[in-house]
Amino acid sequence: MAPWDPKRSPAESARSARGATSCPSSGLLARFRRVRRWMLFALPPLAFLAPMDAPAEYADVVINNNSEREGVRPVIYPHWFHRIRFRCKVCHSELGFEMKAGGNNITMLGLMDGKHCGMCHNGDVAWSLENCNRCHSGLPGLKTGIRGGHQSTGPGEY
Amino acid sequence: MTVNKGRIFAALAAMAIFSGALATVMSEKGEAHAAPATKQDAAPAAAPAAVNTFNRLLKGAGERNLPPTEDGIHDPANPGTALLQTPRDAFSTLSKSTGAMGNGVNWVEALKNNQINPRYDRLNPAEEAVVFDLDIVREVKGSMPNVVYPHDRHTMWLDCSNCHPDIFIPQKGANQISMAQIVMGEKCGVCHGKVAFPVGECRRCHSQNKDASGAPAAKAKK
Ligand code: HEC
Ligand code: HEC
Ligand code: HEC
Ligand code: HEC
Ligand code: HEC
Ligand code: HEC
Repeated sequence: MAPWDPKRSPAESARSARGATSCPSSGLLARFRRVRRWMLFALPPLAFLAPMDAPAEYADVVINNNSEREGVRPVIYPHWFHRIRFRCKVCHSELGFEMKAGGNNITMLGLMDGKHCGMCHNGDVAWSLENCNRCHSGLPGLKTGIRGGHQSTGPGEY
Repeated sequence: MTVNKGRIFAALAAMAIFSGALATVMSEKGEAHAAPATKQDAAPAAAPAAVNTFNRLLKGAGERNLPPTEDGIHDPANPGTALLQTPRDAFSTLSKSTGAMGNGVNWVEALKNNQINPRYDRLNPAEEAVVFDLDIVREVKGSMPNVVYPHDRHTMWLDCSNCHPDIFIPQKGANQISMAQIVMGEKCGVCHGKVAFPVGECRRCHSQNKDASGAPAAKAKK
């Protein structure tokens, strides 16, 4: 089975992609592998500097299902930023994003194949995937979920 | 062993280059904001001790919409963080909402007044939204004004399939809705309190006043 086969589990395809030599986008993948390495070094343990009641922006989505485990910073998706440019219908109907933080099984291989964020972050609609640290911009230790609403402070806080 | 040393050296070199780049970006930003910063320092004289601020839990307008480098979730040491847009800048030209929670933007007004023009199609900026005009009034027991659910202000943004049938059965009165569910992130709370205006802005949903008998007192304001 090819590493980009949609029927494979994401973990499986990511695993084989790391050792793959015959990948369609091996140039970018090689870079992807190299960059990962220094990102690991460049993760300073700055979490203690974060204020306790973090005033995170309303509708910033943290996606950290695999990122930190795989040695990169958690993804922070600025939902408010994107709704200035697109209506909900584009992403949640046309492009098929589930309305659930962390509920879309996003992987880098998928993005390179033009899925999820890769439907726009392809150097055509928006800047391309080489800009790792614009997406992987979160502090270490963040949990997947939406920030800044009453849901993040517990039920009843509205 | 030598391979490892080489790698570590390369990593350190990369870090040095990137921190250099970061420092340049930061110093540019610093210069740009230097003037207003000194003005702010001069204005509030003799502030009381920070622990006893007047509003402790209510966030002031100033503390909202902070730049990513200060918002407590972005990593300030990440070179990409400084490139991201500060919400305050993005929202500066948009209509404001009165609520103390949320991002302080009235997205309905912002869209109506053409302050933003979000695409309805990924590629075609000219495609128009299919707006469906149907208000659903939900009578609320007790003194709370009735809820008016407006289809028009939702379908300007959303597709029917975003709500029907997963969140709501498309039939008046077929859905049980309570405030408890909304606060827990169900029904209207799937969006309100997460990405759309927050639950604290009661009056935007509970917009139809009623008299003592419970009958609508005035027509719902549009
Ligand atoms: C540019 C694409 C895009 C647009 C436009 C967009 N969204 Fe989203 N939305 C996302 C992504 C991506 C996520 C996070 C999904 C994930 O984490 O896997 C998300 C998450 C959500 C969630 C889940 C939040 C949670 O706490 O689980 C809701 C609800 C939502 N969006 C509603 C909306 C509404 C309403 C609009 C229009 C005002 C909108 N979205 C516009 C991409 C978009
Ligand atoms: C457009 C935004 C975006 C860009 C640019 C981006 N990523 Fe990701 N990346 C994601 C998202 C979203 C996930 C899923 C996060 C999760 O579930 O933890 C992810 C996941 C990952 C993972 C976790 C495992 C995997 O393979 O899915 C690694 C490692 C990763 N990215 C590395 C990189 C590197 C290296 C770059 C630069 C070449 C990069 N990313 C660029 C959005 C991005
Ligand atoms: C419907 C198209 C679309 C999708 C899908 C999309 N983006 Fe974007 N994104 C954009 C556009 C357009 C911009 C603005 C690009 C520019 O400034 O040149 C942008 C900008 C961004 C920015 C930079 C914001 C800033 O402050 O400048 C980040 C971070 C980002 N996207 C992350 C993501 C992640 C993560 C995903 C997937 C979960 C994603 N995007 C999915 C269209 C999209
Ligand atoms: C944001 C969510 C949302 C969206 C989007 C939405 N609806 Fe609805 N719709 C509702 C709610 C809430 C009700 C009221 C259900 C109730 O009273 O139990 C409703 C009720 C209805 C009804 C029943 C009316 C009646 O008198 O029985 C129809 C028909 C309907 N919607 C059609 C549509 C169509 C067509 C679209 C797309 C153009 C659409 N809806 C988009 C939330 C939505
Ligand atoms: C997103 C829209 C929305 C907002 C904002 C909102 N409500 Fe509600 N509320 C509803 C709906 C829908 C119902 C259910 C009406 C029905 O019974 O059909 C409801 C019902 C109620 C009820 C009746 C009892 C119950 O729990 O169902 C009370 C009381 C109430 N709301 C108070 C409030 C207060 C106080 C606020 C502001 C803090 C508020 N609501 C904000 C939509 C909203
Ligand atoms: C799928 C997401 C979604 C759901 C579910 C949803 N809304 Fe909304 N609603 C929005 C968005 C997006 C807006 C545009 C304004 C904003 O984002 O703050 C909006 C706007 C509104 C407005 C217009 C406010 C104004 O100032 O004109 C009302 C009223 C409202 N919603 C009530 C409700 C009620 C009541 C329910 C539940 C029956 C509900 N909404 C369910 C996404 C949603």
